[in-house]
Amino acid sequence: MIDEGLLKEYKGKVPEPLLNDFRKHATDFNLNKKQQKEVLDKLLERYMTSKIHPGEAIGVITAESFGEPSTQMTLRTFHLAGVAEANVTLGLPRLIEIFDARKEIKTPMMEIHLKSQPKDDRELERLISMIKEIKLSDILSEISVNILHMYIEVKLNKSRLRDLQIKEEEVLKAIQVSMKNIEVSEKDGLLIIKPKLKEITLPAVYAIKEKVKLAHVKGIEGISQVLPVKRKDELILMAAGSSLKKVLEIDAVDETTTISNDIFEMVRVFGIEAARQTIINESSKVLNDQGLEIDARHIMFISDLMTTTGGIKGVTRSGITGEKESVLARASFETPIVHIINASLSGETDYLNSVVENILINQPVPLGTGLPSLVTSMKKEGGKKK
Amino acid sequence: MVDVYLDEKFVGIVDNPKEFVKLVKEERRNGKLPKTLNINYDVDFSEVAIHVAKGRARRPLIIVENGVPKLKEEHITKLKNGEIDWQYLLDESILEYLDPNEEEDAYIALKSKDVTKEHTHLEISLISILGVITSLVPYANFGQSSRLNRGSKTQKQGLGLYVSNFLVRIDTDVSVMHYPQRPVVKSFMHDVINYEKHPSGQNVTIALMSYGGFNMQDALIINQGSVDRGYARSTYFRPYVVEELRYQGGLIDEIGLPDKDVKAYRVEEDYRFLEDDGIVYPGAKVHADDVVIGKTSPPRFLGELEEFSIAANLRRESSLTVRHGEEGIVDFVVVTENGEGNKLVQVRLRDLRIPEIGDKFASRHGQKGVIGCIVPHADMPFTTSGVVPDLIFSPHSIPSRMTISHLIEIIGGKVGALAGRQIEASTFSAESETDLRKLLLELGFRENGTERMYNGMTGEEFESNIFVGNMYYMKLKHMVANKLHARASGRIQLLTRQPIEGRSKGGGLRLGEMEKDCFVAHGASLLLKERFDSDKTTIYICEECGMLAVHDSMRNKAFCTKCGANIEVTAVELSYAFKLLLDELKSLGVYPQLHLKSKY
Repeated sequence: MIDEGLLKEYKGKVPEPLLNDFRKHATDFNLNKKQQKEVLDKLLERYMTSKIHPGEAIGVITAESFGEPSTQMTLRTFHLAGVAEANVTLGLPRLIEIFDARKEIKTPMMEIHLKSQPKDDRELERLISMIKEIKLSDILSEISVNILHMYIEVKLNKSRLRDLQIKEEEVLKAIQVSMKNIEVSEKDGLLIIKPKLKEITLPAVYAIKEKVKLAHVKGIEGISQVLPVKRKDELILMAAGSSLKKVLEIDAVDETTTISNDIFEMVRVFGIEAARQTIINESSKVLNDQGLEIDARHIMFISDLMTTTGGIKGVTRSGITGEKESVLARASFETPIVHIINASLSGETDYLNSVVENILINQPVPLGTGLPSLVTSMKKEGGKKK
Repeated sequence: MVDVYLDEKFVGIVDNPKEFVKLVKEERRNGKLPKTLNINYDVDFSEVAIHVAKGRARRPLIIVENGVPKLKEEHITKLKNGEIDWQYLLDESILEYLDPNEEEDAYIALKSKDVTKEHTHLEISLISILGVITSLVPYANFGQSSRLNRGSKTQKQGLGLYVSNFLVRIDTDVSVMHYPQRPVVKSFMHDVINYEKHPSGQNVTIALMSYGGFNMQDALIINQGSVDRGYARSTYFRPYVVEELRYQGGLIDEIGLPDKDVKAYRVEEDYRFLEDDGIVYPGAKVHADDVVIGKTSPPRFLGELEEFSIAANLRRESSLTVRHGEEGIVDFVVVTENGEGNKLVQVRLRDLRIPEIGDKFASRHGQKGVIGCIVPHADMPFTTSGVVPDLIFSPHSIPSRMTISHLIEIIGGKVGALAGRQIEASTFSAESETDLRKLLLELGFRENGTERMYNGMTGEEFESNIFVGNMYYMKLKHMVANKLHARASGRIQLLTRQPIEGRSKGGGLRLGEMEKDCFVAHGASLLLKERFDSDKTTIYICEECGMLAVHDSMRNKAFCTKCGANIEVTAVELSYAFKLLLDELKSLGVYPQLHLKSKY
């Protein structure tokens, strides 16, 4: 039996998960109250010693823990032919992308989970066709410019249409919606696209022809590929391209587990906590792929730092490094002149509270042995306090 | 319809490119078209390219027709007898040269037994995939390819007899090994390049074992006895060159013993090795900072000081001294003229280099390491028959690098040394390991090359058998004597007051950005400060305006040029680099104010 009264004493001193663990395992050993107290005391002692000490240089240690292994990271990315998750930015480029908080990532991807597993292949295909973007160029068999009448003739690929379950009228409507300045009609099984311009010239028609090819017909814009992947027992859809909002509108999609690898998309749709977790997940994915072991707490520390303001800040001069309090610290990173000029314009003061500034002026850094200082001020000769 | 290009120029169109290419090749083999012509049909670009230009890399191959190589047994016998030669084989179209483009169309068999109907050519020999130096690696087909690269790279750095007329040459940074040996385990390429006339290594007895841990991480333990007997001894040569340069206004440098009244005259002792002509005598044992060639130069700025100076001699001393940290014996002195007719003096210094801890050695398999310990002969381990190894190599260097060739060479060397012959170890056609093992057994040794050994210090028998054998080892040109560097204090830069850079100038060793991070991560704050103290200075700050004040140390008074003398001036200790930064900010028009507060 576990003494709940005893446990209550330790609440707040020891984190909840550790107490839960204790609760789970203590019954196995059939401990009496005295023994339980002994174990909890030991637990408390261990917990206290494993806490980070004051003056520990966690920032530098985190930076080194990342920096050292990533020098060993090979630029070799594994090209897995035929595997669904192929062609993803990996390795150092991806890591830089994450920590710089790039707005446009090279290979945005979504992991779409489904509320229920599709019953058959037809259902799956229907689902995929709802997500994957289909452009006019995907479903046409011929496109040409009729010079005589100055319009564009499009012959659709009927069998493709049938496979994708798209009706011709839908195509017609979609093209009309996706572009201004045109008029779409049907004649003898051909789509006729007439430009609505004041002056119809041949180059203009050709330009429209090229544009019309990319006209959005069905699916979600920006999603070039959707592949079903079996993960454990669950069938999920991997989508190349990211458009969470639209995907979540589809009924069959499970909005509680569907995620994107685009951090900014995650903030927009799910909020900052989700983005923080995405940073952790994405960066540890890269590191695991390379076979590098970095303690999860380092990764968590960085992602906390990046998201602590409620928005995403990269580890760059415009991000968290640029928000350092000290002028000298900022100037010793990138673009020193800008920082110094701006600081002088507003008359900033550097209180020399951090590491870089103190190295710069050759003073002990306020870390480790340099942290402690006298609390009482020295008495001046004559017994007066300075 | 395919375009035809001759040396990248369009010449016409053919209807049937395949037939056309075939025809051209036939005509070339028949001798109607030049043998230097190469043709290929590029299907992707739909063009036929003919090349006859100079400067293409081409290689010879045996022509195969209908699955039969044209080079027959009879040709080989005739070749051996000297009845026919290479040119004959080319003329008869038994061999032909292909350029990289035509190679794309060819289907080349590696071995004659692999030849099928589809093949168009046959490789002359498998070793043609290797270059000259790589072919010197014995048993290369038993090693990892990257180790082959490294093995060939280190062979270029091995000390040996680099030229036979080295005594009359003045070369920069060269060494000559004293007793180079021809390798016991050799490849055909050693004969081709006359390697045995200028070898660059020595055959040593090697044991694969740990001995007190001094050979961990690729280090080597070598035998003091072997060193005393002359193993890996070499002589290092360094030239010192001085030219009499001409300046504007007909002024000229003067090589000779400088007068005592020249500017920047050294101590008289520094010139003690110079003869009357201002050049050291051969045989002199000189040390760092001794003058090798005495020289004076005209004053830097003509007319300067002339009116005020009483001294008649305005010349500057500009003698050449022995480099920092070096020494040697004057070996050779040349006095000549350079291309412009100026006097040119070259002095060559010789320095005996006995192997010491830190010198770099390598086998031919990309296994390189530095000496970690030199053990007295008496303390070295020995075998039951009393053999003491010259060198102890760490077995940990083998598994991850997979240099099996290294191990086979040891067995091969052992057989060769015991049987008194050289072992053929050319890549792909070497004496097989099984044969070597058999021979070793016949010679009365354990066939796997291991032997019982005893600890040289305690006399105890080692528990396991130790792999002992002979192999060819090279001393590489990287010697500690040329690299060793440390400094306590010395010259500093004028601008930053930080130590100067570079070994030759006696500079400091930089505690860099990442090393700094290390100190910070350990929280060793005060140690870090001390390390960066190299440019610390005391500056005086006016508490009124926060700018630099003036301190008159003679009168022990301080004042501020702006606020006057009736203010408080405080001495602050900080890095000179920061003072420099403040100065630069001021030049930018920024007013950096220092507010001082007592830390305590």
